[in-house]
Amino acid sequence: MILLNFRLFSAIMNKQILMNKTHFNLIRELAFTDFKLKYQGSVLGYLWSLVKPLMLFLVLYVVFTRVFRLGDSIPHYPVYLLLGVVVWGFFTEMTAVSLGAIVGKGDLIRKVYFPRIVLVISGGITSLITFLLNLIIVFLFIIFTHAEFSLKAPLFILLIIELFVLAIGVSLILSSLFVRFRDLSHIWEIILQAMFYATPILYPLSLVPSPFNKIIMLNPAAQIIQDMRYLLVTQQTETGWMIMRPMFYIIPYILPFVILIFGYFLFEKSAAKFAEEV
Amino acid sequence: MSEDITIKVENLSKTFQIPHEKHVSLKSTALNLFSKKGYETFRALKNINFEVKKGEFFGIIGRNGSGKSTLLKILAGIYVPDKKSGEVVISGKLSPFLELGVGFNQELTGRENLFLGGAILGLSKDEVAEKYDQIVDFSELQEFMDMKLKNYSSGMQVRLAFSLAINARAEVLLMDEVLAVGDSNFQSKCLGEFNRYRSQGKTVILVSHDVSIIQKYCDRAILLKNGEISKIGKAEDVGNEYIYQNMDEEEERLTKEKGNIKKKKSDSETSQGAEKKAEIKKVEFLNKAGKLKNVFKTGEDVVIRIYFDLMKEEGDLNFGIGLYNEENIYVFGTGTIIDKLTKKDKRSILEKGYAQINLKNIQLKNGTYFVKVGIYGEFNSTVYDFLQKSSDFKVFGLQKTLGIVELQHKWETSGSTKLGIENE
Repeated sequence: MILLNFRLFSAIMNKQILMNKTHFNLIRELAFTDFKLKYQGSVLGYLWSLVKPLMLFLVLYVVFTRVFRLGDSIPHYPVYLLLGVVVWGFFTEMTAVSLGAIVGKGDLIRKVYFPRIVLVISGGITSLITFLLNLIIVFLFIIFTHAEFSLKAPLFILLIIELFVLAIGVSLILSSLFVRFRDLSHIWEIILQAMFYATPILYPLSLVPSPFNKIIMLNPAAQIIQDMRYLLVTQQTETGWMIMRPMFYIIPYILPFVILIFGYFLFEKSAAKFAEEV
Repeated sequence: MSEDITIKVENLSKTFQIPHEKHVSLKSTALNLFSKKGYETFRALKNINFEVKKGEFFGIIGRNGSGKSTLLKILAGIYVPDKKSGEVVISGKLSPFLELGVGFNQELTGRENLFLGGAILGLSKDEVAEKYDQIVDFSELQEFMDMKLKNYSSGMQVRLAFSLAINARAEVLLMDEVLAVGDSNFQSKCLGEFNRYRSQGKTVILVSHDVSIIQKYCDRAILLKNGEISKIGKAEDVGNEYIYQNMDEEEERLTKEKGNIKKKKSDSETSQGAEKKAEIKKVEFLNKAGKLKNVFKTGEDVVIRIYFDLMKEEGDLNFGIGLYNEENIYVFGTGTIIDKLTKKDKRSILEKGYAQINLKNIQLKNGTYFVKVGIYGEFNSTVYDFLQKSSDFKVFGLQKTLGIVELQHKWETSGSTKLGIENE
């Protein structure tokens, strides 16, 4: 099937299925344009992507250390929370925006050829830029609150890559399915809501009873959040590899790449008809 | 593929599947899960074959719905041809020119849009920067480059987009009736660019339903009809074929239409005080062979037949006709008084029940001609019946001369004595 797809693609045009320099250029232009437009007209502009996590921290601090004392067992709980919320926020935003990556750009798709995957990647990069700006604020809090750095802290870069791979994979699936099934936006909203509670973002994993905590940690998003907290905030974070037997804790690390590969082929298979169906 | 061929299309087919009711929501999908999938297949293109040589100006012509836009979109890579059908091979960088300003954003400034639009056309940031001055100069929008696109007039937006598009370095250009936009000033600028492309030896595919543009600029062309190539060859011949096809279809359409129209009372007038002794029943147009027709070629014979009813015995009955063009200019008129028909001639008309005039090789240009018909007494001041422009016929011409009539002409040169027009 893969071979057939490839033959079809290369036959249509003398163009490669793989990206070339032109397409990277297009990704960059589209991503920065979207980012620019996102904050256009507002007084603070780009600053919003810094102010928002700041305000969020304030809210979390008041609610979870003064009102509900959920995380008393965990040091630096507000920062611990903030990191989880920011990571989850990125995943939510990127996948929600990706639903419209193809449908919303119908005008472009019907009139000019370029690999359609460019649209999903550029949308992802726009979200990634905001996320990285948010992380700057998170790092400032980590430093100010004297959270414990693990020696392996630089490994968090690999986690960001894993997170992006996961989000792109999901985005590819969502954006290509949304062309045919417009109900998906509502369904995805519900799934995200459910996943928010099924992921240890607001509550410490230690509060979850035994078999469930392992099931929860099969979710790559949960694994990424817990690993990041372990590396950057406190080593008292309970992670997947602490609670699961050796063979199982690997699953969430592999899953994003499986999703990406599946998403890529699903996307490329549907991409040929986007111009007709959008 | 040999080296001088830029585009090769072989056995190309394209089928669209049009669902009866698109299932865009889960509910309708669920409800229709077990019912038969209802969709119609529409074959937009059937077995298309052609080659375009390097440096050639190639035209694609056809009516709306003939498949020309589908073909262009396949060439541009936007649509994918049917599986198992043939293939399209293009060598060289291709610049789609299907629509101007694709991807432009109203919220960005002119400058930002040039970089964004450039990226969509396949230009790198450096390439746009390098050509920036050239692009802006051509668009004549120097003072507006830092203004948001939403504050541009539509003409300014087109100028900006066109200036960018012509600077996208490409060996193959696809153009879809781009020339139809913009004012005449801008159009002439476009045509100038066109000639520049020609001199640079670039390959251009031009899609249009305007015969004159195809014939003027293209070397070769294909004529598409219902998704098939109905003619391929020199642009001149293909264009003429298109005109004749249109003529036949127009004839059919008009014949159907005319069947439904009845003569309205208000169309006819009788001069005041005159007794209505005769009335026009209907007016018909025929060709030389006596066949009813509504569409004629320049240079054909047009026979106008006027049926009338005689209400009272009348010794001297006269007929007159007048031809008017679409701008209501009186092109030609004559009558039995002017042509000095004898009493005997007129009596034969009365016996037949209709008057008939044969206009020999009409040297008229393209267009619709309205016919006014009158019946008079001995003098044309006594009008018994007069039909205002209730009947019309169309003329199709292949000539490119100007003015309102087609005069036979030739330029005298030492060797050649070729006539400017040769009528069939």
